[in-house]
Amino acid sequence: MRISAKGLHYRTLNEKIHHLVDSGAKSLHVTHVNGQRYIGGGLQGDIRLTLEGVPGNDLAAFMDGPRIRVKGNAQDGVANTMNAGEVIIDGNAGDVLGYGMRGGRVFIRGSVGYRVGIHMKSFEKQVPVMVVGGSARDFLGEYQAGGIILVLGLGLAPGEPIAGYMVGTGMHGGVMYVRGKVEDWQIGREVKIFELDEADYKTMRPHLRAFARAFRLDLDEIMAEPFLKMIPYSKRPYGRIYAY
Amino acid sequence: MINDIYREKEISGCGLSAYMDESGRRTSGDDIIQSIALLHDRSNGLGGGFAAYGIYPEFPDSYAFHLFYDDGASQVTCEELIHASFHIRESGPIATRKAFGIGPSPIIWRYFVDPKEEILERAGLSADDFVVREVMKINKTIEGAFVFSSGKNMGAFKAVGFPEDVGDFYRLDEYRAYMWVAHGRFPTNTPGWWGGAHPFTILDWAIVHNGEISSYGINKRYVEMFGYHCTMMTDTEVMAYLFDLLLRKHGLPIETACAILAPPFWDLIAHMPEEEKNYYTTLRMVYGSAMANGPFAIVLGSRDMMVALNDRVKLRPLVAARKGSIVYVSSEESGIREICPRPDTVWMPRTGEPVIARLQQEAAS
Repeated sequence: MRISAKGLHYRTLNEKIHHLVDSGAKSLHVTHVNGQRYIGGGLQGDIRLTLEGVPGNDLAAFMDGPRIRVKGNAQDGVANTMNAGEVIIDGNAGDVLGYGMRGGRVFIRGSVGYRVGIHMKSFEKQVPVMVVGGSARDFLGEYQAGGIILVLGLGLAPGEPIAGYMVGTGMHGGVMYVRGKVEDWQIGREVKIFELDEADYKTMRPHLRAFARAFRLDLDEIMAEPFLKMIPYSKRPYGRIYAY
Repeated sequence: MINDIYREKEISGCGLSAYMDESGRRTSGDDIIQSIALLHDRSNGLGGGFAAYGIYPEFPDSYAFHLFYDDGASQVTCEELIHASFHIRESGPIATRKAFGIGPSPIIWRYFVDPKEEILERAGLSADDFVVREVMKINKTIEGAFVFSSGKNMGAFKAVGFPEDVGDFYRLDEYRAYMWVAHGRFPTNTPGWWGGAHPFTILDWAIVHNGEISSYGINKRYVEMFGYHCTMMTDTEVMAYLFDLLLRKHGLPIETACAILAPPFWDLIAHMPEEEKNYYTTLRMVYGSAMANGPFAIVLGSRDMMVALNDRVKLRPLVAARKGSIVYVSSEESGIREICPRPDTVWMPRTGEPVIARLQQEAAS
């Protein structure tokens, strides 16, 4: 079903979406999206949303199951505390992407902003996954507590860094894989850079395959470049912070 | 005059939007109102404002003073001061219309003025310096009088209300400008009053800000040493004076001024090549008190330039775009696309890395 978001306030649009979903709609195509916040917020079930335009902040916040495709860029706070489902963004995304994300998967074809994957977490089988096609800015994986962050560095301009500064500051769980170079001075004191082993490739592969399929990319080409891995050096970096 | 007890900082959500046509082509206020209206939910109705450049071509060389008066008495006192120091080319109320959500307004008056030559000579000041001094004097000493705009061929328009309603109130659809800067306020720490809405201006500088200047105290004391007085009860004001000091008084290029306000961390400086290391180390040592700490996204307007800048750790949003000769910045990409659906390029500026639009030379003359 097609609906137009033109000129709609986010409350009106989201009420409309929730209403349609409640009355049984399984697939919605929303055109003329521009800046409406909280689209897909708290939405549950096996639903497909296709968005044309630029959805507003907190897209898919607290989302629990649906699949969202954004034909354009996204703003800040995508997948905030998302629990399950999938968000696929054809363009770029902004800051604090995947804030406190606790499950599901987010694919971004382009680049992302600051504090991406901040405080992502995981529990048993709930493992959130984020794949960024381009680059990420400072504070990638800040306070990361779980889950998997992948940054691929596809199509970067010459000299453009794949990640910024303070990568993994405060990180104490989960893993980051970066397909490119990250220097020691770029990372937080709680993380260390490692080479990948077989288990890492096994972890990455299904997500990269899905990413390549989503954007019609060549998986072998993606896998052909070397990755590095960042994991926390200590599980409780601030365990003794108040001990002195 | 405002009691010192109220002079505290603000913490805010806020939204901002701005664009400059580098070719100098002027457009009405309709687009900027539409853009900032889309960001309605970023503000809470306690302040909205605009700066517009190129709007007074009939008086391009006179200072355009915009004033708020609490009452007739403050106007009489203030006009005595203005008359003593300036030739008034023209004066009158700024045209407004009844607008939704805009409450009782102060008296809003506009003066096109030229400083008297003999007074400049006696004071031994340039016209700009003299205007700064007089604006400070009015804002500091005349109770109920506030100069909220004092540049040439530009003006600030602000009020308590949502920005789109403020734009309607001031009839901005009837002005034409080559640069428009807009702000919607979400004050949390300081009162929402007419003078406290953004932009903050001095001479041709106008600044809008989303965030909080945590270093306000040190910055305020620093600019006070150079004769600037913060009277508007909010932190953003000090940024306007910092830019006036660094750019106009100290003659620094804009890139240097931005590197002073939002310098790289010492950690990063340590990894720079020798020349850059010296440069940033020097700036941080000489201008340590001008460093702005805390979250901010700001837009600075001036006669020939629009500059947008983020704090060093990106604690406030900022997106930029270009379409032909027009450079846009906004708190959200949607704020740009609302008035420019298909820009040539859209990007998220890096922290501390200014977006600069410059008026083309032929348009500037």
